[in-house]
Amino acid sequence: MNKSPNSVDMQVKFLSLTLKNPVMPASGCFSFGQEMENFYDLDLLGAVVVKATTLEERSGNKTPRLAETPAGMLNSIGLQNPGVIQVIQEELPRFRKYPNLPVIVNVAGTAVEDYVEVVENLNKSPDVSAIELNISCPNVKCGGIQFGTDPTMAAGMVHTIKSVTKVPLIVKLSPNVTDIVEMALAVEEAGADAISLINTLIGMHIDIEKRRPLLANGIGGLSGPAIKPVAVRMVYEVSSQVQIPVLGIGGIRTGQDVIEFMMAGASAVQVGTANFIDPMACPRIIDELAQWCDQHGVKKVTDLIGAARG
Amino acid sequence: MGYVSVIAQEALTADVYSLTFESPTDLSQGFEPGQFLHFRVTDSFDFTLRRPLSLCAADVQNNQITVVYRAQGEGTKRLTRLKAGDRVDVLGPLGHGFLTHQGDKKVLLIGGGIGVPPLVELARQFHESQVRVVSALGFATQAQAILLDELSDCGSLFVATQDGSLGQHGFVTQLLTEDFCAGIDRYYACGPTSMLKAVQQVMRDRNIAGYLSLEERMGCGIGICVGCVHPIARDGKVVNRKTCKEGPVFLAEEVIFDE
Ligand SMILES: Cc1cc2nc3c(=O)[nH]c(=O)nc-3n(C[C@H](O)[C@H](O)[C@H](O)COP(=O)(O)OP(=O)(O)OC[C@H]3O[C@@H](n4cnc5c(N)ncnc54)[C@H](O)[C@@H]3O)c2cc1C
Ligand SMILES: Cc1cc2nc3c(=O)[nH]c(=O)nc-3n(C[C@H](O)[C@H](O)[C@H](O)COP(=O)(O)O)c2cc1C
Ligand code: FES
Repeated sequence: MNKSPNSVDMQVKFLSLTLKNPVMPASGCFSFGQEMENFYDLDLLGAVVVKATTLEERSGNKTPRLAETPAGMLNSIGLQNPGVIQVIQEELPRFRKYPNLPVIVNVAGTAVEDYVEVVENLNKSPDVSAIELNISCPNVKCGGIQFGTDPTMAAGMVHTIKSVTKVPLIVKLSPNVTDIVEMALAVEEAGADAISLINTLIGMHIDIEKRRPLLANGIGGLSGPAIKPVAVRMVYEVSSQVQIPVLGIGGIRTGQDVIEFMMAGASAVQVGTANFIDPMACPRIIDELAQWCDQHGVKKVTDLIGAARG
Repeated sequence: MGYVSVIAQEALTADVYSLTFESPTDLSQGFEPGQFLHFRVTDSFDFTLRRPLSLCAADVQNNQITVVYRAQGEGTKRLTRLKAGDRVDVLGPLGHGFLTHQGDKKVLLIGGGIGVPPLVELARQFHESQVRVVSALGFATQAQAILLDELSDCGSLFVATQDGSLGQHGFVTQLLTEDFCAGIDRYYACGPTSMLKAVQQVMRDRNIAGYLSLEERMGCGIGICVGCVHPIARDGKVVNRKTCKEGPVFLAEEVIFDE
C-alpha cells in the first residue's frame, strides 16, 4: 500500500471532535473493534462507530441472516449485542489505548424509554465521544425504524434524547421514506447535532428452490455498492437543506467513493459492507483519498465538502 | 493475509474441484484441521462476500493448503477458473477446528457429501499419531463420492449412498449401529445440517462425545458482522455464537438445532 502524501491536510473538525481523516467504519461492520486490531492500527481511522447497543443483551434473529445480492448484500442481524452494561464495562475501555480516536456509540432500542436508559448509562462512561441514534434498523419487529419513518415520532425521540445525552448527538436516518429532507429537517429542528445517512434499504431475496425468502427473517437491509447512488442523492439533498453536518454512508469501497460523498455534502463518511470482503478497506480508502487529493491539488480534504453542489 | 499463488487446480468429479495454493500464513506456526479459508472470488466488487472453504490438506513443509469444493453457485464456479501461477486473495486459516484428545485410541469420522474435505487432514493427523481411524461417509450417489482413497489410507472406510450405487443403501447414520460404534472414543462430523442433527441424536444414544463442524452463511469470516451465528448451549445458557470465530467446530453436546 502507498503511504499517504503528507501534503494533504486530511483533518476534519466534526462537532466537538477532531477526526484525523474523514473515514470511519460504519456501525455493525466493525463489531467493537477487537477483531480489526489483527489487521491494522485503529489509530489510522478518523473515528470508530461501534455495533448497535441496546439496553438488554439481544440474541438477534435466526439464521440465515445474510444473503449476497447483485453488488450488495442483505442482512437481518437483528441487533445482536451484549447490552449496554457489558459494552461499557468490557468493550469501550479497550479504546483507551487510542487517545486520539473518537468513539461513536450506535444506540438502538424498541421504545423511547429503552433509548433513554441506554443513553443515561452511556453518560456514565468516559469512553463515549458521541452517540449515533439508530432510528433506522429495519431488522427488529417493533421500534427502531418505526421512529425513523415518521417525522413527528423521530423529532419526539431526538428531542428526548438530546435532553439526556452529555455528548454530541448524531441521528442516523433510514432511506426507507418518501421524503428524506422532511425527516432531516424534523430531527435538526428537534436538536440533532448531526445526521448520518443512510442505513440499509429494506429488501428481500427468494430462494427459488425452496420457494421461500432466503433470510429466516424474510426481509433484510440492503447494503453495499448497490445502494451508493441512492445514498449520494440523499446526502446531496439533505446537506443542501440542513445547517448541521452530515455523515455519508452507503456502498463506499474506494477513495473515489468518499470524494463523491464529500462533494455531495458529507463532512465525513462511514464504510460498512466493504470491510467484509476487504478487512483493510478503511486504511486503503484513506490512502486512496489522500492520493487523489494530492494528484488533484486539493490541499485540504474539507475543501471537497459540498463541491458538487455549486 | 492477502494474495497468494495458486499451485494447482484439478477436477475430482463433474463439479468438485481440488485447489492447492500457498498458505496466506505460516503453517508451521500452527493450524487445526477443521479451520477454513476465506476466498475473495474476484478483485472487483462484483461479489460482495468471500466464500468459506475448509482446509482439506496441509503441506507444512512447503506451506501449501488444499481445499476441495463443489462448484455450485456463481462464486465457486468462478473459482474453478484459477490455475497454477494465478494470484488469489485468501484469509486464513480462520476459526477453531477439531480438537484432539490425548488418550483417545479409536475415533470415528463422519462426513456427508461436500462436508468430507475437512476430515481428510484430521484423519491424516490421527493416523500419524497412531490413533485408529474409522470413517463413515455418506453421498447422494457413487458419482459424487470423493476423497475415499485419502480416508482409506488412514484407516477403515465405510460408505453409504442414498441411491445404493456404492456401499450401503441409505443415509450415513444407518452405518452407525451399536456394534459399529463399539470401542469408539470420540467422533468428528461435518456435513449438511440435517445430517449433523441426525448424527448428534444417534451418537448421544451411543453415549459417545464428539464434535460437529457447522455450516452457516458467512459475511466477514473474521467476527465483525455477527451474521454467521449458531445457538450454542454453554454454562447453562444458550447464546448465539459466531461460527467464524468460535467455530465452525463445536462440541456436539453444545449445539442446539431447531426442532
Ligand atoms: C466453515 C465452512 C466451511 C465450508 N467448507 C466447504 C468445503 O470445504 N467445500 C465446499 O464445497 N463447501 C464448503 N462450504 C460451503 C461453501 O462455503 C458454499 O458452498 C459456498 O460459499 C457457496 O458459494 P457459491 O458462490 O457457490 O454460491 P452462491 O449461492 O453464489 O453464494 C451466495 C452466498 O451464499 C453463501 N452460501 C451459499 N451456500 C452456502 C452454504 N452451503 N454454506 C455457507 N454459505 C453458503 C456464499 O458464501 C455466498 O455468500 C463451507 C461453508 C462453511 C461455512
Ligand atoms: C451486517 C450489518 C450490520 C449492521 N448493523 C448496524 C447497526 O447495528 N446499527 C446501524 O446503525 N447500522 C447497521 N448497519 C448499517 C450500516 O452501518 C450502514 O449504514 C449500511 O450498511 C450502509 O453502508 P454500506 O453500504 O457501506 O454497508 C449494518 C449493516 C450491515 C451490513
Ligand atoms: S462471518 Fe462475520 S461474524 Fe462470522
